[in-house]
Amino acid sequence: MSALDVELTRRIGEFELDVTFSVESGIAVLFGPSGAGKTLTLSLVAGLIRPDTGTIAIDGRVVTDCEHGVHVSTQERRIGMVFQDGLLLPHRSVLDNVALAVRQGGGRRDRRALAHTWLERVGADGLATRRPGSLSGGQRQRVALARGLAGEPALVLLDEPLSSLDASVRRELGALIRDVIVSSGVPAVLVTHDADEAEQIGDLVISYRDGRVTARREVERPERRDPPATAPESGPT
Amino acid sequence: MNGLTAHPWSIGLALPPWVWHPLSVSLRAAFEATAVVAVAGVALGYLLAKGRFPGRGAIETVLSLPMALPPTVVGYYLLTRLGGPGPIRDAEVHLFGHPLTFTFTGIVVAQIVESFPYCLRFSRTAIAVVDPRFEQAAHAMGLSRWRTALLVTLPLARRGIVAGVAMSFGRALGDFGATMIVSGSVPMATTMPIALYSAVFYGSHHQAMVLALVQVGAALVILLGVSRLGKVRPW
Amino acid sequence: MKRGRNLAQTILGGHRAAALALTALVGLGLGYGVAHLLSGSIAYWGVVSGPFWLTVRVAVPATVIAGAAGIASGYLLAKGRFPGRDLLETIGSLPIILPPTVIGFYLLEVLSPGTRVGGFLTRVVGHDLVYNVTGCIIAATVAAYPFCLRAARTAIEGVDPLLEQAARTIGLPNWRVALQVTLPLARRGIAAGLTIGCARALGEYGATLMVGGDINGKTRTMSLAILDSFTTPERNTMLLILVLMAITAMTGVGLLGRSRA
Repeated sequence: MSALDVELTRRIGEFELDVTFSVESGIAVLFGPSGAGKTLTLSLVAGLIRPDTGTIAIDGRVVTDCEHGVHVSTQERRIGMVFQDGLLLPHRSVLDNVALAVRQGGGRRDRRALAHTWLERVGADGLATRRPGSLSGGQRQRVALARGLAGEPALVLLDEPLSSLDASVRRELGALIRDVIVSSGVPAVLVTHDADEAEQIGDLVISYRDGRVTARREVERPERRDPPATAPESGPT
Repeated sequence: MNGLTAHPWSIGLALPPWVWHPLSVSLRAAFEATAVVAVAGVALGYLLAKGRFPGRGAIETVLSLPMALPPTVVGYYLLTRLGGPGPIRDAEVHLFGHPLTFTFTGIVVAQIVESFPYCLRFSRTAIAVVDPRFEQAAHAMGLSRWRTALLVTLPLARRGIVAGVAMSFGRALGDFGATMIVSGSVPMATTMPIALYSAVFYGSHHQAMVLALVQVGAALVILLGVSRLGKVRPW
Repeated sequence: MKRGRNLAQTILGGHRAAALALTALVGLGLGYGVAHLLSGSIAYWGVVSGPFWLTVRVAVPATVIAGAAGIASGYLLAKGRFPGRDLLETIGSLPIILPPTVIGFYLLEVLSPGTRVGGFLTRVVGHDLVYNVTGCIIAATVAAYPFCLRAARTAIEGVDPLLEQAARTIGLPNWRVALQVTLPLARRGIAAGLTIGCARALGEYGATLMVGGDINGKTRTMSLAILDSFTTPERNTMLLILVLMAITAMTGVGLLGRSRA
């Protein structure tokens, strides 16, 4: 049972997306120039847009099937999303933002405790009471990552999570993303136009061009033990 | 309507009764009207901003009519619907025991009708400009449409919504034509604008100046507040 | 796509039904009213024509003046870089929520021959400014102005500055850029503001009442006349005309909606 099976077409104006691929497990990177259809694919997988034809299955479960009229709503797809700008709710604290994503029942206290755990895992627990507006770019994306994973999704989608960060911060955050996602065991699809990022984070690189998949390649991963890239509690990034 | 006994505040602030009576009527009516308008305006503003059905523009136009109609037409319409024979009047008698014309509640209804478009339009605009990706993030987290609206969309749109409520409140306070027609000039139900008119009509210049000044002050405060809340413009 | 849903959602059925139901209610009421009006006769045109033409004589100049002033001041506020812009716009927007009787009161203070300012102005202009058509026009202009101003400012601010820069690089002087580039690009918003300003001028009641004096034959506009005719047969004719004005207003407000950014 693979993490994600995609076979679909979608036309928007002049542009046509026509892709077919499978992700067994781990982190798949959709890599290619801007406008190639990578983010569009993500939106389709998330259920925010419907394809014209085709099917999408997450974790073996069919969430979209155009021929049979199946379309599971975004809320019910059990996915997590990490956006380029984080998109944390500015009127809530960091902790509340992550707690909002926790799907388990239990009371408010349990959700907040779980939120704390996730914040610790991304090295941002010291930021729990801060407001998103006061965070640096790196801190914000750490919280966004925690939020994306806190709901225990079947699949996490990341849309250019490092693009809006300074170069100096990107490598560190990139390593963190890989580290946390791999250790959590959740499969992921990450969109980027940066080749280094693709190499650093992905297990599988799917190349895009003009709405088509042009190549598919697994990344060599000798078991190098990099030092875990978690920043100190209220880190400067 | 117990507005005719001197309230301790009015004495404390040295407000003479000919200011306090209409002021208290205006404030009470405007508060009640705005309470209704705020809920209905935000709800409908949300529906119009997020809905995907044809005729949204037409609906908003129809609901915005009172903004452009002569207040005498609105007043006349209300007078005949609320007071003349028909299903609305029957409902009123059923609910209140009597028709609403020439009563305080009638004033509130007139103000609701006249001020509703402002809250509606400001809210709709504010909600429509919220980055849809916030809602996408919320849906991905599993939040239902209802919870997304309450926890994400509306808080993000709150500045424009508050501005709309404030404008509606100001409009309700300042209503003249529709109020006067629906309520007549019943002394129990005289609002500030009507009181000013009477003062001018009967030549009480000093009273008129004070009443005018108070209302200008109120309008300025409200408008300044609205402009502070940012560039949310429905027009 | 049929999805199992709880009871509340089934009842509300999503956005469409809720909003359409409300409009149906409003529309029914309006439709009933219009049908009622049309059943009245047009025979009373003679009585109605006086106020009708008077209203036209008042609303047209008022709209023109308010429009011109609104566009000019809207342009200044949109392009200017001086402090207090928003404060000026706030002051200019006062007539929107200020009670019409307050407007009327201050207009009387400023225009009545009895006051200092009013006396001066009356001498300068050469005739009375109150209790005649001129007074009505002034009142209607004040009522219309804020809408023209705000709409113009928003529309002009919404013009892509790159287009204006391009015009300047070709060598057009600023005033030509304004007239041939900026204003034409902003015309939809400006038109919407003009239309709603006109609607307000047509319907102005409180200030007109005070400044004009509601003198039959001289300053009794449609808004005022309708009150006088409540119990008379020509009421329906008046209402019909006012409803037609309302339809104009509807178009204007609709334009407003479609032209906003």
